[in-house]
Order: sequence, then C-alpha cells, then structure tokens
Amino acid sequence: MSKIVFLTGALLGTMLSASGAFAQTTLSMWYHGAGSEQEVKILNEITADFNASQSDWKVELQAFPQAAYNDSVVAGALAGNLPDIIDVDGPVMPNWAWSGYLQPLAIDESKIANFLPGTKGIWNGKLYSIGLWDAAVSLVTRKSILDELGLRQPTLEQPWTKDEFMDALAKAKASGKYDYALDLGTASTGEWYPYAFSPFLQSFGGDMIDRTTYTTAEGVLNGDKAIAFGNWWQSLFADGYAEATQDPAARDAGFNSGKYAFSWNGNWAALGTLAAFDDVLFLPAPDFGNGPKIGAASWQFGVSAKSAHPDGASKFIEFALQDKYLAAYSNGIGLIPATATAAAMTENYKAGGKLAVFYDLSAKQALVRPVTPGYVVAAKVFEKALADIAKGADVGATLDAAVDEINADIQKNGNYGF
Amino acid sequence: MASKFTRSNRIGWLMAGPAAFLIAVFVVLPFIFAVGLSFTNQRLISPNPTQFVGLANYEQLLGLGLLTLEPERDAAGQLARDDAGAPKYPALRGYTRNNPDYPQFAGMREWFSFQQGDSRTYVLARDVVFMKAIVNTFVFVLVVAPVQAGLALVLALLINQRLRGINLFRAIYFMPVVVSIVVVSLLWRFIYDGNSGLLNNLLGALSFGAFPKVDWLGNPSTALGAIIAMSIWQAVGFHMVIWLSGLQTISPTLYEAAAIEGSSRWQVFRYVTWPGLRNTAVLILIVITMQAFALFSQIDVMTGGGPLDSTQTVVFQAVERGYGKQDISGGSTISVILFVIVLSISLLQRWLTREKN
Repeated sequence: MSKIVFLTGALLGTMLSASGAFAQTTLSMWYHGAGSEQEVKILNEITADFNASQSDWKVELQAFPQAAYNDSVVAGALAGNLPDIIDVDGPVMPNWAWSGYLQPLAIDESKIANFLPGTKGIWNGKLYSIGLWDAAVSLVTRKSILDELGLRQPTLEQPWTKDEFMDALAKAKASGKYDYALDLGTASTGEWYPYAFSPFLQSFGGDMIDRTTYTTAEGVLNGDKAIAFGNWWQSLFADGYAEATQDPAARDAGFNSGKYAFSWNGNWAALGTLAAFDDVLFLPAPDFGNGPKIGAASWQFGVSAKSAHPDGASKFIEFALQDKYLAAYSNGIGLIPATATAAAMTENYKAGGKLAVFYDLSAKQALVRPVTPGYVVAAKVFEKALADIAKGADVGATLDAAVDEINADIQKNGNYGF
Repeated sequence: MASKFTRSNRIGWLMAGPAAFLIAVFVVLPFIFAVGLSFTNQRLISPNPTQFVGLANYEQLLGLGLLTLEPERDAAGQLARDDAGAPKYPALRGYTRNNPDYPQFAGMREWFSFQQGDSRTYVLARDVVFMKAIVNTFVFVLVVAPVQAGLALVLALLINQRLRGINLFRAIYFMPVVVSIVVVSLLWRFIYDGNSGLLNNLLGALSFGAFPKVDWLGNPSTALGAIIAMSIWQAVGFHMVIWLSGLQTISPTLYEAAAIEGSSRWQVFRYVTWPGLRNTAVLILIVITMQAFALFSQIDVMTGGGPLDSTQTVVFQAVERGYGKQDISGGSTISVILFVIVLSISLLQRWLTREKN
C-alpha cells in the first residue's frame, strides 16, 4: 500500500513539474518511515505542494523502513551517495554532524523562534536539523484501573514517587487480572531502550555519560545511584511485574486488549489507545528521587554535507515548517506539533484536546539524551546492559563493563572533540 | 605440474577468469584491507586521522588473566559465609577497577571461575563477550558438522531409491535451502515463541499440557540449542543433494557383486557405499565447518546475540562492532582471527583425511 502511495506521489510530482517549468533542479530526499502509510502520505503532500509552489526545485522522496534507515545513511555516506535532504533521529544528529554527513541549516532564525526546544538539533552552537514534531512518553493506564486498585491519580505537580509506583504495580499484580502489571515495550529494540529507559536512570540520579565533560561514563553509569537503578530494573522482571522477552504483537495490542494494567509508551501510540477505551489516562513519569524525567527529541530534517544544492534543500525544509504541515503530522499520527500555533490547529493538542497533556509533559519533564557524537555507541552499550540486567546478569559487573566500553570508544575517538 | 598449469591451459584460465576476478575484488582484496586495518584505529567514518596502533586491537580482544583469591575471614579467622553457606570472596571489582597494585587486570571481567580448596581462581578476560562468542561458535560447529552431515546422509540414502513420487520427497527436503535464511529465521522465531509458539503448543498437546511453556529464544540455556536445531534443519537438504550425487557415482556393479556374495545391508553400506563416498564426505565436512563458522543471519534475526550473550558468535560480533559500533578496526581484527581459526581447522581436516599411502 505504501508503495502505491509512494508511486502516486511520485506520479503527481512528475505531472506537476511537467505542467510547471522544465528547469527544475531535482533534490533527492530520504525518509525513515516507509512502514507508516500515513507519514509517507503527509510527506508526499508536502513535497507535491513544494514542487508546485516554485519553479526552481523539485523534491523526490525515497522512504526506507525505519530499522534499516540509519545503516542506509551510514552506507550512503561511506559511498559518497547521500541525497540532498535526510531525516535524522535527534540524538544521532551530533554523530552525523561530527562525522561530516550534515551541514548547518541555512534557515531564517525567526521561523523557528517559537519551536519546542526538543525539535531543534543544535550541535556546537549551530543548527543542523529541525523537527516538525516532538514526541513524549507517558505511563498509560485507565481511570477505571486506578479506581479499582485504589490508587491516587498522579499529577504533573505531584507525580508518583518510586514507592507509590511500586505499590501500584504490586496491587495490579495481586489483582490477578493482568498477564503482567507493566508493559515496558521490551519487544522494541534499538533506540527505544535508551529513549524510554535512560530517563529512569536519570531520575535515579545517574546518566549514560557524564554531561559535565562528555568524556567518561565512570561514576554516573556505575555509581551508587546507577546501581540502585539497575537493582530496581532487575526487580521489575525478577518479581514478575514485567516481561524481559516480549512478543512484539503483545507490545502493539497488549494494553488495548487488557493484558497490562500500565503501559510505558509514546504519544505515537496514543490514538489507538484512545480508540480502544474511553477513560484513558496519560500519567507523568514517576519521580525516583531526582525528579521525573522523560526523553526528548524525535526525527528531524537536515541537509547532507555533500549536497550540491544546500540552498534548495534548506528552502524545502523551511517550506515544510508551516503550521499546517505540523498540524497534519499531528492529526495523522498523533505527534506533538512543534509550535503552539500549530497545536491550536490540531484536534488533539488544542486547549482541552485529548493529548494536550503530552505538550505539558514535554515542556515539564523532557530531557534530551546526551548531546555528543559518542551517543550512538553509548546507546548500543546501554541497550545491551539493560537487556542483560533484565535477564538476570550481575548489576555491578554489567554496568562496570558498559562504562569500560563507552570510555574505550570515547578514547578511540579522541574524546569526540570535547 | 607448474608448467602444465600455466601452459596450454588458456581456455581453462579464460573460463576461471570471471570468477577469479570477482573473488579477488570482493574477497581477497577486502581481506588484505582487513589485515591492514586491524593494526590501526580506523573508524567507519570519522574526521580524526587513522593511526597505527600495532597489536593493541589483538591484545584488547584476546587478553586473559588469572587471579586466585582467598576467601574472606572474620576477625577470629573463621571463613565468612554467605546465606547459602558458601565462602565469600572479595569483590573482583576491587582488583579490576582503579587498583594500582594490579594494573594488568584493569578493565578485565570474570569469564568463568573454579574452586581449588578454599581459594577460588578467576579466569579474567579483557573482552568477555568475544570469548563467549568464540566458545559459542565452536559449540555450534562441533554439533552442527557431524549431526548435519549424518542426517543429510540418512536422508540421501532414503531418497536414493527408485520409488514412485520420490522426486516429491527430494523437493520437500530441499525446500528450506531455497528459502532465504532471513525468512526462515523469522518464521522460526514464531515457532519458538515463548507463549503461543507452534513448538510450545505442539509439546503441550503431545504431553496433554504437562510440558511447561519454554521461552526457547529468551532463555540462556535453550537459545543456542534452538538456533542449532533450526540451522541443521535449514541446510540439511543442501548436503543431502551432495551426498546423493556421491551415491550415484558408485558403480551398480559393486552392489550386484555384493548381492551375489550374500552381504547384509550393513555390510553393503560399510564396505561398498561408505568407501565410495570418501571424497564426498571430506568435501561435506569442510563445507559445513566453514559455513558453520560464518553463523550470522540466524543470530541477527532471532536473538541479536542475547540473552546474556548465550548466542554471541564471532561473525555477529565482527559486524556488530565494525558496523553497529562503527569500529572498523575491531571488526577487522575479529575477521582476521576467524580467518586464522578456520584456516588451521581446514588444514587439520585436510591432513586427517589425507590419502594414507
């Protein structure tokens, strides 16, 4: 289906360009969302509008499956084959900028002045990428579940403490009504682990990398607070609150079919849950001692370093930043629009909208992942460490090993310029 | 020999040419690069210049250490014991991290340990994951090579008969070979699923629900076995066909002679079939060994090396490091080590199976 959409989009683009002028220069663009029909459809509309709006440039879109996207870009960069415009996941951007795949955007500052901070990809003081949306994670549950288990409804001002959270899990488990109390999404691999779970570590007071220097993980990823986090993380699985090996199908449909009492999930899945139940609650992250935290930054657009037409590429990105497209993405897949004016145009994020709470979560709890080129390797090491601990590996030794691996990588790269 | 090889053999060279060229460009040349890169700190892409680092990559991968620790004693000299009654030992962390008295152990981790009287000896490795990958790969090869070759031979003997519809069976046994290994791995992931997988349902039905549900790929003790079983099933048809071609080269007159002599079926196999399959057996053993050392796709699709490193393999680690962690020099070093291992084993196999006269 997405192929058909893609073809129609391409055809449409060709027709429009044929009816316009024939002097258009082609700009190629790669996008990570080949599996998502809605996303590609919206992006096709934007490119078609852009191609029709002026006579200098014509954007041609090629979509990749998300799982293969980053590898494709790295391979493309190695072969010197990158397109003019690429989209990039927020935390990966510093690595691509440092490695020389990206060049700074030439975009009018005033156009992004009112964008959410998580949507701006800034590295070394320069803007390399900009997002049309942000994403946020919340603890999804239902009002009826909280009432039945006799739990206080946490608020942004007063989120659950660790004890309240564990009490909620214990009560959900004791009720015997759920396969597991908590759906963490362990079935999703890759970026989900650092994105969704490193905020727990930060809420405990640890981190993936020491953000004061960005040259070591010693003490923050294997200190007392990190070990407390590791022990807590292991207990979630050892005590049967969550499953360390999750069926991907259970991740997609489990909460909506009543398998879990709570689900740690992103706003991109919120529309489906709203359709399944009429008393859905999106609760803020619990506070494990160092403040409640969730991850920030999602996919953003950038211009590749080798692009022969950075002016055209920047023009396209600037064109895509219009409120109507921000709103279209939000309405289509439930993402948080990057500006308040766009939010007012959407169904779910306007004042009193069903997902408006995510806007506040983003503003109040969001913390970007470490802004360093070393993040790419640190994220992989972190994912493996958490997967191992969930399966019962020794917490201290696993975190020590993770620190050694991250530090060795930082050293091999000459401290990544820090 | 050499003169005949080069002279009067133009057609031969011409025919081998395209293949030789492709092998040179896509196998030999990259391998020469890999040897060179393994002595540097080359990254996948980096603005930093590449530096020569000598043998540092090899030391990092292969570094081992032995540490013997005495159990902890309390003030009265009694052994301190944990809740289970086992003697307690000082934490390894105190020796491997920031301890200036033991610089040789810095950054090492426990690979395994064993008891000697009261003291406990720890084998430390600088790269425990790689050590586990080597062990897993050897286990995989040692199980797959004989079992797959044996099973393939049994299948070949079964279908080497003139029966109605025998081609149907040949096609069925050969089918998994034709399907992409990635697709096969995906399908087997469903079969091995811990909750509603086909295997669990089948075992449950056969045992009237007595067999507990096993998370085959999520359990460190079953994951490698599950992958071994699936890999044997997938490629057994290929080797069956090679055995079959070997079987069909054995002259029927030998079987007729054996029948006249009144030999039993076992004697026919032992003294006619098996000697006739000698060269085929050598070929199959070497091919399976090499293929088994290259185990990658199943791991990548089914487990990603987990749970708890129980399915890490050498090639998976090479790709994971070189590409996933952007450390080309580390990945190259693993490739060179793998090459040395496979080469020595192939030479050993050649020597063991040589013509003895």
